[in-house]
Amino acid sequence: MTDGERRHPAWVSWASSVGVLAVLATLPFVLKSYHLGIATQILIFAILAMSIDVLAGFSGRTPLCHGAIFGTATYFVIYSVNIWDLPLPAALLVGVAAATVLSAVFAILAVRVSGVYFLLLTLALGLVVWGVCLRWSQVTGGENGLRGDLRRGALADIKVFYAIAAATSLFAYIAMRRFVNSPFGLTLRGIRDSESRMASLGYNVTLHVFLAFVVSGFFAGLAGSIYAVFNNYVSPSAVALPQSVQGLLMAIVGGIGTLVGSYVGAALIIMLELFVSAFTERWQIVLGSVFVAIMLFAPEGIVGKINQLTRRHSQSKNTNP
Amino acid sequence: MINRRKLLQTSSAVAAVSSLGFPAVVRAQKAPIKIGLMAPLTGVLAAGGKELVEGFELWWERNGKEIAGRKIEITVEDDASNPDTALQKARRLVEQTNVHFLIGNITANTGLAVANYVKGNGVPYFIPVIAADDLTQRNRIPNVLRIAGYTGSQMTRPLADWSLKAGYKKVATVSQDYAYGHEMCGGFCQTFTEGGGQIVQQFWHPLNNSDFSPYLGQLQGLGVDAIFGMETGADASRFLQQYTSFGLKGKIPLIGAMNVADQSVIRTLGDEPMDVVSCAMFAEGGQDEATKAFVAGYEERYQKLPSVFGTTHYSGAKWLTEALTAIGGNVEDREALLKAVRGIELKGTPLGSVVKLDPYGHPVYNVFIRKVVKRADGKKWNVPIATYENVSQFWKYDPETYMKQPSYSRTFQGIKS
Repeated sequence: MTDGERRHPAWVSWASSVGVLAVLATLPFVLKSYHLGIATQILIFAILAMSIDVLAGFSGRTPLCHGAIFGTATYFVIYSVNIWDLPLPAALLVGVAAATVLSAVFAILAVRVSGVYFLLLTLALGLVVWGVCLRWSQVTGGENGLRGDLRRGALADIKVFYAIAAATSLFAYIAMRRFVNSPFGLTLRGIRDSESRMASLGYNVTLHVFLAFVVSGFFAGLAGSIYAVFNNYVSPSAVALPQSVQGLLMAIVGGIGTLVGSYVGAALIIMLELFVSAFTERWQIVLGSVFVAIMLFAPEGIVGKINQLTRRHSQSKNTNP
Repeated sequence: MINRRKLLQTSSAVAAVSSLGFPAVVRAQKAPIKIGLMAPLTGVLAAGGKELVEGFELWWERNGKEIAGRKIEITVEDDASNPDTALQKARRLVEQTNVHFLIGNITANTGLAVANYVKGNGVPYFIPVIAADDLTQRNRIPNVLRIAGYTGSQMTRPLADWSLKAGYKKVATVSQDYAYGHEMCGGFCQTFTEGGGQIVQQFWHPLNNSDFSPYLGQLQGLGVDAIFGMETGADASRFLQQYTSFGLKGKIPLIGAMNVADQSVIRTLGDEPMDVVSCAMFAEGGQDEATKAFVAGYEERYQKLPSVFGTTHYSGAKWLTEALTAIGGNVEDREALLKAVRGIELKGTPLGSVVKLDPYGHPVYNVFIRKVVKRADGKKWNVPIATYENVSQFWKYDPETYMKQPSYSRTFQGIKS
């Protein structure tokens, strides 16, 4: 089997894609509506985690503002349906556009710095958005948030909505994978590994990171827009710091720089939270312990660890034929 | 071979028979009535959330967990004061635990999120603490009923009337800057200014404010007859402490929303809350039999005086018990349940006198003007000093005209100049 993997990587990746698609397609028929809702949520948050991974895993910049970008899209979608009376598809576009514009603004301010300064600057920018949402109550509804009525007609059926979320999530995954594997994406990895080398080779580092940031913001906004329809409600907690941290944790736990790890991370965190909180109200302690364990035993994340193990395995086979 | 259509026909026929025939009766006697109770058990409001659960459970402990032969099954979920968590938990309760109805939550944002969720699926949702005005006014939802609950502006209008009669002409307000604060202040300011009073200035500060000195310093020089305070939780404790240490206590009287003088706040403090006048639909120092019995029972069970959270959920549980009894425990019929809840005239609760819902799903009851005094054993409690009978959420206005004015916000406080 491992031999087959090495000899036919294309065949294996096709098979696993078909397998994943088959699982996604069967879920609506085997899961109850509540569990299907959780699956939908996982698919949405995986988009957010992947968008963070594009920056953190492939560009060497760890952002703490993606919750704010995500939530901005959510706010815009609900606001534009409620107040501007836009049809839902147009509202979704508005949400994505708003998130993209916001991330461009953030990017202009943040691309010059890296490392811990980038982390802190994006953290501060995210908090500004949170502050605005909390205090500008005439527009955002303040603490009370905005209530939407977006799940009308066919969308009220969780199966239909699940299908849309799954399709969006797959699209986002394929698009982002294409993006990070493109020559542009390879340049980003070069920047991640050595910024000064890429700069001395003549690459415009700032522009590359800027574009990566905007692309990442676009996908965070896509996730936020879909989330608006899923939750039908938005409040400052959607743009708050915990949202950014949670997205980042999903990417890290699954495996930073793997994209597909975001699905594993999102699934693990969301299911763990729901599962543990059914038994104890101290579920955060359990969740925290799991994070610590993962960071101790698999700092490269779950998918990262699996990749590492299989690579080691195949390498040892290579050296001892 | 059975094709799909055949299967569907057969199964729907079976379903039709079972809903008409005897199995329904058998089920009604056996299956429990499932209640989903949500409260913040972690986070800043965990203490209040715990009291909410205590009050709710106290009723069932004392009156038995069985109605019309059906057991009562209560599932408690933690909403963490976070609307996203609350939504997730509401989904779990409805779609996974299959509860028949939901009750609880403390913060308006969690309540609004859950209300929006049940709007789509028709699950009855009862809100004894969620005070957001519009849930039973401009944006009301037929299956969201505020049993034993209150709105901010409903409570403070009688206080404004009382203040005018007490001779206060000029008042300044200090409040947390969010919807609940806007509504509490709005109700007060509108009635107070329409009655000839003057609002000299309004101070808004963010939640979790640690330093009140900028406001207290200015309040000192405004020449007001009284200060209206609208603070909850830790903000209320800090406000009362700093109001006292600034030397304003004894000089400028403090009146306020019920949360300023709620048991959850005053039992943690020394003499700072003494003589504060507030308004609420219950007063733990009330002398009617039902209140005395409830307070004594609560104190015996939990070694503390009840706060608004425990009281409203205890009364809410009684309300539900009466409604469920009236429909013979047939909780599956949502329409009948909601109709029964709407029809109840609740007597013998700590809310005093008779409580009933108006056509908008909001209770009409007596509102007490209460003052913090010390009991014989030195514990502080709120004693009623005046009673306003049958106060509606619309006060003396015509509901339809009233709902044409905007919702209260920082910019609209209904102040008549």
